[in-house]
Order: sequence, then structure tokens, then C-alpha cells
Amino acid sequence: MSWLIDSLTSSLGRKVLMALTGLFLILFLAVHLSGNLQLLKGDEGRQFNIYAEFMTSNPLIKVISIGNFFFILLHIVTSVILNRRNKKARPVGYAVSPTQSTWASRNMGVLGFLILIFLIIHLKGFWYEMKFGSVETTDYDAKDLYAVVKAAYSQLWYVAIYVVSMAVLAFHLSHGFQSAFQTFGLNHIKYSPIIKFVGAAFAIVVPALFALIPIWMFLNS
Amino acid sequence: MNLTLKVWRQKNASDKGGFETYNVSDISPDMSFLEMFDVLNEQLVREGKDPVHFDHDCREGICGMCSMYINGKPHGPKDAITTCQLHMRSFNDGDTITVEPWRAAPFPIIKDLVTDRSSFDRIIQAGGYISVNTGGVPDANEIPIPKKVADEAMDAATCIGCGACVAACKNASAMLFVSAKVSQLALLPQGQVEKKSRVENMVAQMDDEGFGACTNTGACSAVCPKEISLTNIARLNREYFAAKSSSDNV
Ligand code: HEM
Ligand code: FES
Repeated sequence: MSWLIDSLTSSLGRKVLMALTGLFLILFLAVHLSGNLQLLKGDEGRQFNIYAEFMTSNPLIKVISIGNFFFILLHIVTSVILNRRNKKARPVGYAVSPTQSTWASRNMGVLGFLILIFLIIHLKGFWYEMKFGSVETTDYDAKDLYAVVKAAYSQLWYVAIYVVSMAVLAFHLSHGFQSAFQTFGLNHIKYSPIIKFVGAAFAIVVPALFALIPIWMFLNS
Repeated sequence: MNLTLKVWRQKNASDKGGFETYNVSDISPDMSFLEMFDVLNEQLVREGKDPVHFDHDCREGICGMCSMYINGKPHGPKDAITTCQLHMRSFNDGDTITVEPWRAAPFPIIKDLVTDRSSFDRIIQAGGYISVNTGGVPDANEIPIPKKVADEAMDAATCIGCGACVAACKNASAMLFVSAKVSQLALLPQGQVEKKSRVENMVAQMDDEGFGACTNTGACSAVCPKEISLTNIARLNREYFAAKSSSDNV
């Protein structure tokens, strides 16, 4: 077993853990977005509430959700371990900082930390409320999470936090998406241009649509 | 040309060090960056001061000894050359140039701009030998190797081990260097016999030396005087996990 632990705790192994968990989170983002877009349906949240009820009660979804929390945690813990290693490798910095790479790629840690702060606000606002708060039940036997969301997104500062956080996520993904494939050793003249294109498109479209929801609901509140 | 130089001076590894500012005048634009430093040092010697210590050997871009971090970029503003190949015509009259040593814990500073890069040698040593029969020279075309593969191996083999990749990397990672050294052998039939142990041992040594991990920023390849490509890092990732999951080394 020591070879397995050796591999996963080497600098290359820890990067593979970052890439695996990162790609899982990317998949999660896509699913999460498709669910959330139901908020814009204009049916006073009926379809969204039924969907949210299903997502919180279905046993398979529960397993996936535990997996999701575990992967986020692993992504964060691994990033902290890597970051400490990287800082130790350059105890004394330069007077003139190097700039031969993209800004996002040099600031993945800061971007990730901002995403973490957003996640805490986000989970407190909706996940915690749905699970442990007192959310009213609708006449179609689903908790009215839509009302909670609507109330939150009627406040400008709340909308602002969401929009800024999605910009942060966009930058994290602009490097992270394609970086994960390089970490897996997937660098090929045929596939790398496709990966770069899909990554750039994902990094723009998904956070933009996520940001659209609070903006839209604020303008219609 | 008249220039102002901000140069890192440090007596030894334990000294804290700091920048000193020097003025040099009548520098020919045809001089190399190192020749400009020679002029500075003659000036310092005449003034009875300690000359600036810097590494150099071949002064033609093949030994990898020269190592100056110039205005925020290893080997200076031009691409695909070493410091010794950098000419003063790449700067303007009146410029202020900041010169720092490579900054990485596995490259401790010996004095001024000179760093100890023997951690690279220990990584190469960890890679071990390749099994090649001694005796008569084999026929040139006895082992068929596609031209494209030979080119790729040769491209990787152009790495001169200067350490610019480590110097430019925000994590002081040695991935580009190690990936070039692994690739040049992994690509060729002669490198197959010890291929798995080689990559396992070289990566283990790289981590032991205290280099950072790779964030795939690409700064390394951007500053590499030999333009070693990031595809080598992808290959290193593949080789490492293929070896780890299939070798007999438990
Ligand atoms: C929705 C949330 C997130 C997604 C989709 C995501 C995705 C990714 C992906 C795909 C990578 C590239 C992995 C690689 O280079 O192989 C990455 C890297 C990284 N992530 Fe995240 N991430 C998220 C949240 C976070 C959080 C909360 C943190 C930290 C608090 C974080 C910190 C980092 C760091 C530091 C890296 C760079 C690691 C390195 O290459 O050295 N991420 N992320
Ligand atoms: S002195 Fe040999 S490469 Fe510059």
C-alpha cells in the first residue's frame, strides 16, 4: 500500500487529487445551474420548489451530495497542503515579480479562498435554511425555498456578492478547467485546442448564467 | 549607453543581503549582458570594492551556468536565449536594470547572484543509468525510430539545466526540468528498460529537494532558453502514474 500513499502524496499525486475533485465540482456546477435556471420560469417557483424537495429527499442525491461535500473539502485541504509546499520552496521572493503567465493561474489560491467565503455565505443562506431553518410549506407539499431565494435576491448587496463571486469563479475556471487535463497528462495537438475552447466557454457561460439569476430576480422584485 | 544597475548583493548563504545601486557608462550596445557585468566588476575592483559574483562558463548558451533574473524575467527580456546571449541593444540608454539571483529554497545562494544548483544534479543521479551494450558502434539505422519521435526526444534533450524554469515558476517547481530529462529517455527505445524506476526515483528526488508543485501556469516554458514545451510536463504526469500503478516497486 505504501506505493499508493507515496503516489497520492507526491506533488504530482496531490495535483491529480486537485484535478479530479476540481473536475467533479465542474460537473456539479453544470447540474446545479440546470436546476437553478428553473427559478426564472415565472411560475412563482412551483417547478423549482418541487425540484428542491426532490433534491433534498431522494436517497441517491443524498449520497451524491455527501460526496460533493467530501470532494470540496478534499480540494480545499489539498490546495492548502500544496500552497504550503509551494511557499516553502520560495522563502525569499523577488523584488520584481514574474509575469510570464496568466493572472488567474498565478492567483488560484486567492481565487479559491474567495470562492470558499462565497460558499459559506451561499450555504448559510439557502442550504442551511432549507435543511434546518423554518421555511414555509406550499399547498403542493414542497417547502417554499423559492420565497427564501426571492427575499434574498431583493437586496442589492446580496445580488452584488453573488455577481462578484461568479466573476471570481470564472477566473478560477478559466485556468482550472484546462489545467486539470494537463495534470492528467492530456496534452495533444488534436485535443488540447478543444479542451481550451470548451474550458474558456464553460468559464464564461456557466458563471454568467449563475449571475443572471440574482440579477433577473432583483430586477423583477 | 549609460545604465543604472540595481544588483542583489549577499555575502554568503546566511547573510540577509540587499540591493546595491551602481552606475555604468559607455556601454556598447554590442556587448553581452555578462560583458556589461565584466565592465562593472572592473570598475568595482578599481574602486577597491568586492566584484559582483555571478555564474558563467561557456558564454554561448550551451552550459546553462549563467543565471540572472533580469527585470522580472530569468535571462532577461528576450525569448529563447540565455543571459550570456543577451545583448545590451535590448535595453535603452538610461534604463534602470534590476538583477536578482534565482529564488528557490533548493537553489541556496552561495554569494551575490551565484546559486547552488546541485539539487538538479541529484535529480539526474536519481534517474540512474540506461542499459546500453558496450562494444562496437551499432549501425546508424539499426533501431527504427520515427523522425518525429527522434525530434521530440532531441527537443527535450536540449535542456541545459539552467534552472530558469524554477526561477520563473511562482511555486519554484522543477517540473519542466524533470519532465525534459524524463522525456528524452522515455521517448527512445534505449530508455525503455529502466523507464519506470527512472521516473519514480526522479520525481521522489524532486520532491525531497523541496521544489514546489506544478500549477500549470506555463511560466517555465515561456522563459526557457531552449523553449522546452509543456507537453513534456503532461508526459511526465503520464509516465509517473503509469509507472506507479504498474511497476514492481511496492
Ligand atoms: C465550485 C468550486 C470549485 C471548482 C469548480 C474548482 C475547480 C478547480 C479546478 C478544475 C482546478 C484545476 C486543477 C489542476 O490544476 O489540476 C482547481 C485548482 C485549484 N483550486 Fe479549485 N475549484 C473550486 C473551488 C475551490 C476552493 C473553494 C478552493 C480553496 C479554498 C480552491 C483552490 C484551488 C487551488 C489553490 C487550485 C490550484 C492548485 C494548484 O494547481 O496548485 N478551489 N480548481
Ligand atoms: S554561460 Fe553558458 S549558457 Fe550562459
